[in-house]
Amino acid sequence: MESHAPLFRMEGVSKSYGGTRALERADLTLRAGSIHALLGENGAGKSTLIKVMTGVVAPDEGVMTLAGRAVSFASPAAANEAEVVCVFQELSLIPELSVADNIVVSNPPTRFGMIDRKAQRLLAEEALARAGASDIHPRALVRDLPLSRRQMVEIAKALARKPRILILDEATSALTASDVDKVFRMLKGLRDEGLGLLYISHRMNEIKELADDCTVFRGGRKIASYPAGSKSDAEVVQMMIGREVSSVYPAKHRPEVAPAPTPAAAPRLELRGLSWADRLHDISFDLHAGEIVGLGGLDGQGQNELLLSLFGVLRGVEGQILVDGKPVALSGPARARETFPGIALIPEDRKTEGLMLPMSVRDNLSFAALDLLSHGGVVDAPEESAAVQRMIELLAIKTSSPDVAVGALSGGNQQKVVIAKWLLRGPRIILLNDPTRGIDIGTKQEIYRLLRRLADEGAAILFYSTDYAELIGCCDRVEVVYDGRIRRELVGEEITEHNLIAAALNIVPAAEGDARGGH
Amino acid sequence: MANPAIPMPAFLRRADPAVLIAFACILVLLLIGSIYSPGFLTAKYLLQQLKVASFLGIIATGTMIIILLGHIDLSVPWAMTMGAMMGCAAAALGPVGSALAVPFGILCGMAIGLVNGLGVAYLRIPSMIVTLASNAVTQGLMVVYTGGYAPQDAATPAMRFLATGETIPGLPNAALIWAVIGTLAILGLRRSVFGRAVFGIGNSERAAYMSGVGTRRIVMLAFVVSGGLSAFAGTLLAGYASKASQSMGDTYLLPAIAAVVLGGTSILGGRGSYVGTIAGVILVTLLQSILSVMQLPEAGRQIIHGLVIIVMLLLYGRTPAAR
Amino acid sequence: MREWRYLLAEQRGTLVAMAIFALMFTIYVANHPAGLTSNVVQTAANKGVLLAFVAMAQTLVVITAGIDLSVGMIMVLTNCLASALVVGTPLQAGLGVIAVLAAGTLCGALNGTIVIYGRLQPIVTTIATGAIYFGLALLIRPFPGGSVHEVLADAMTGKIGGVFPASIAALAAVVALVWVPFSRSLAGRAAFASGSAEQAAYMSGLPIRRGRFLAYALAGLCAGAGGLFLTFFTYTGEAAQVSGSAYTLFSIAAVVLGGVSLYGGRGSAIGAVFGALAFRTIGDMLFVFDFDALWQPLFQGLILMVAVSLGAFGLLRVRNRLDWFR
Repeated sequence: MESHAPLFRMEGVSKSYGGTRALERADLTLRAGSIHALLGENGAGKSTLIKVMTGVVAPDEGVMTLAGRAVSFASPAAANEAEVVCVFQELSLIPELSVADNIVVSNPPTRFGMIDRKAQRLLAEEALARAGASDIHPRALVRDLPLSRRQMVEIAKALARKPRILILDEATSALTASDVDKVFRMLKGLRDEGLGLLYISHRMNEIKELADDCTVFRGGRKIASYPAGSKSDAEVVQMMIGREVSSVYPAKHRPEVAPAPTPAAAPRLELRGLSWADRLHDISFDLHAGEIVGLGGLDGQGQNELLLSLFGVLRGVEGQILVDGKPVALSGPARARETFPGIALIPEDRKTEGLMLPMSVRDNLSFAALDLLSHGGVVDAPEESAAVQRMIELLAIKTSSPDVAVGALSGGNQQKVVIAKWLLRGPRIILLNDPTRGIDIGTKQEIYRLLRRLADEGAAILFYSTDYAELIGCCDRVEVVYDGRIRRELVGEEITEHNLIAAALNIVPAAEGDARGGH
Repeated sequence: MANPAIPMPAFLRRADPAVLIAFACILVLLLIGSIYSPGFLTAKYLLQQLKVASFLGIIATGTMIIILLGHIDLSVPWAMTMGAMMGCAAAALGPVGSALAVPFGILCGMAIGLVNGLGVAYLRIPSMIVTLASNAVTQGLMVVYTGGYAPQDAATPAMRFLATGETIPGLPNAALIWAVIGTLAILGLRRSVFGRAVFGIGNSERAAYMSGVGTRRIVMLAFVVSGGLSAFAGTLLAGYASKASQSMGDTYLLPAIAAVVLGGTSILGGRGSYVGTIAGVILVTLLQSILSVMQLPEAGRQIIHGLVIIVMLLLYGRTPAAR
Repeated sequence: MREWRYLLAEQRGTLVAMAIFALMFTIYVANHPAGLTSNVVQTAANKGVLLAFVAMAQTLVVITAGIDLSVGMIMVLTNCLASALVVGTPLQAGLGVIAVLAAGTLCGALNGTIVIYGRLQPIVTTIATGAIYFGLALLIRPFPGGSVHEVLADAMTGKIGGVFPASIAALAAVVALVWVPFSRSLAGRAAFASGSAEQAAYMSGLPIRRGRFLAYALAGLCAGAGGLFLTFFTYTGEAAQVSGSAYTLFSIAAVVLGGVSLYGGRGSAIGAVFGALAFRTIGDMLFVFDFDALWQPLFQGLILMVAVSLGAFGLLRVRNRLDWFR
């Protein structure tokens, strides 16, 4: 491949949120006419890097140059002006506007000061055709489109801006296989036209197919940049993980503490043929007291919906949920938490679903258990204080006082509060939705130890994580979810990174063809 | 990391700057009033103001709970009027009706609150719209009931006694009632499961729901309470004026919201203290009283009212910047 | 799918409002003792147009996911202003009209400034500014009175060519000069977008603040036009709190009937105009069926209640209960 001059360069860029360093002196060089893959675990700093590049957040320090000139973008509009365009992971489309309106949204063609709808339509059709999505009608409203079509509109919207640098942030996660083919052809075409493309994906096979250069990030720092194909998978994975798995995890199921669940005992939680909308299909597995079961798979394959359905949040769930062998009807979290022996869910987004940020640590901790801490509707203050204090000590929550607003705590301590507020109820079935996302390694370890202790004390734990290392280190068993189905069940020694990734990508490894399929 | 706690007495640390400002404003108003009229700072005049403030205080209690939830109750005017009219109507039915006049009026207000609550909590219609609509429906009902004329039924002696009598010599009963309701509100908001849920929902209904709190029931209950309190204030006001009248509630909506907001309760919900609302109620009442002492026409009062709310909100009621 | 289906889907709210109006008006005329005469149409038009102006004002704000509870009071204020300014020689009256419309725009702009740049909630802001506008109206007209340029007033409320109501023509002109350019401008699109998904609109680099500010200011203009017409009909100015509150309330009913989403981002002022005409016709239906006028407020309240409850049917389709809490 011929060599190109750098189109874009980023040097020594840092960004902190509150006390957390999201990006630490990051460097990146993007050549014109190349596809550059960005690799890293969740929380490695990739998203922050993109936000800095596209003017969504301002960096604390560092310089960026575009085609040799120093640039800094005050807003997404300014970045677009400089022809740096991003296909965002969180969709940036406006649901109530039409596809054509969305595609030309920031810079529509005008005549006499009014938007020229005919010209707009032509531009939209052209962009859709280039993206390989001519099946989408420009007049359709975005809110009426399914997720995969929206993502194609998002790509078309980026193309219509005639970018010099195109950033794709997990832009293919919801696409169908045939869409992915079309998008890949289009991306390669853009590369040949001389654009610089930055490509972020968790799917290794996509990166292998597309990338010319790769950069690995970890913990907000750049670890290495190298030409694609010059490192083995094992080396890449090692760079991404950067530590020996298992050293930070507590020992797994210890028979001397709690006897292994015998098949005779009724499972704590039993799922029989659970289906919901087009997101969950016929999911069945058991969860026993004393074990930690992981949910694996790529992000967004239905894991969140599965946990929500077990907490009574979803309507129209088909199939049966049994607790201690008895079918339960869950009409909402209020019902779930009172269903003996108690179900708890540590939700996906602690800031909007787990906590009331402006309220005090005390109020948050006791909030889910006020019915237990009150008599006749009146909160028993001494009892509440004692319970709150117990939880602060149990989880070693770092706060100067229980009266501090929970929003003032660090992310890790906030997450501890979310977990503690449920432990206050003493639930025996604990569902966790990616509880360690965006928190520091020390707190993560504390959470791992806590989960194992709870399991040893007889709790049944269902643990969804986007971090494979966690699943390997923590879980007795992992159910890998793909497209709303359990793709594979991995038990004990089978839980390896290789197996997890293979099942998550729905690849049947040649050597393990016989081991396919759990339930 | 946790913020280092600033060593301060608990009551100051908890105190909202808005509440302190409100109390400071009360002092300033008292000063201005005493300059304008020598009779202003006498016990008699101030007790009279306290009586007037009590009606507003009772209404503002309900309004505050709704605002804490992040909602708004615009059905206050006709919930009040309906409470007053129905109370008086019951009184016309004989001794039994007379005895049940006040409870019946309150019950009517709670019914309006129930409609509001069902619409907001279960149908998820924006509270502003539902309460506006229920206000219109109630008005329609009352217009049909009265035939468009001022109602002839008079307030019962009990209503008059509650509004204007004095159980404790020197202290108007209305003020006593407000004191009881206020105490219940302070304790209820701080100590009861309901109160905690109100604050939780106001901060994040999503998080409250995910914590297993029956958020819809709480929201509905809050609207019922607000409707009942408005109607109760209506019956008291009817006792004060000896009868109900068509537009008696119109002049209470804005002052009630103003009192709550000036007392530091966040219009977005989730933050506020009842002490602040007490300050707000006294502040608004004094402001009205000074404006009338100054013999300002209605026009000036409306403008000053609006301006005061906007300015106070700009001082401490702004939503955080987008980024 | 075929082209026309998308057109239909885009305009569904407006078309439904038109259909309701057509149906109601047919029933109304069929049962009216005088039948379909140009006088009946003229009277109905004049009443409907007043509400239509205010409904249009409300639409502009509602598409930004806001609400304007001061529209009725802006109308009352401009009514009082017009009763003082739109008098004298034709030139003076013409300047008066411009001054009245400018005053309305100014009121809207003040709302917009406080809401957007002061970052206050639209509800409380407009309740408070509504009180201010009403106070100003009272200052101008402590008692009902004043007058208006009669030739102009009669021309605007009369019939063109003896048949077509002039007020409808004026309404159409305001729609064509205010709503159509706005909804097709970049600022208008930003207003829609910010009402639908503010974060996405920001990420897309749209001029959100300009769009929302313009929406509030133009809302003031439309309410001002309503106040002007109120003066043309009544020949006087009156600072009536009851009528101001009623117009605010009815504007919300009209907007809902007109298919404008109260959550923002969707709807058309044309739909709201038909919603307003339909609401007025339904309200007047009681008269042709010989009901006592006493029932009218209740009836109108119930229409509003039913209209806003209809939106709740969408809840039945919600399969994830977290979607309740948006």
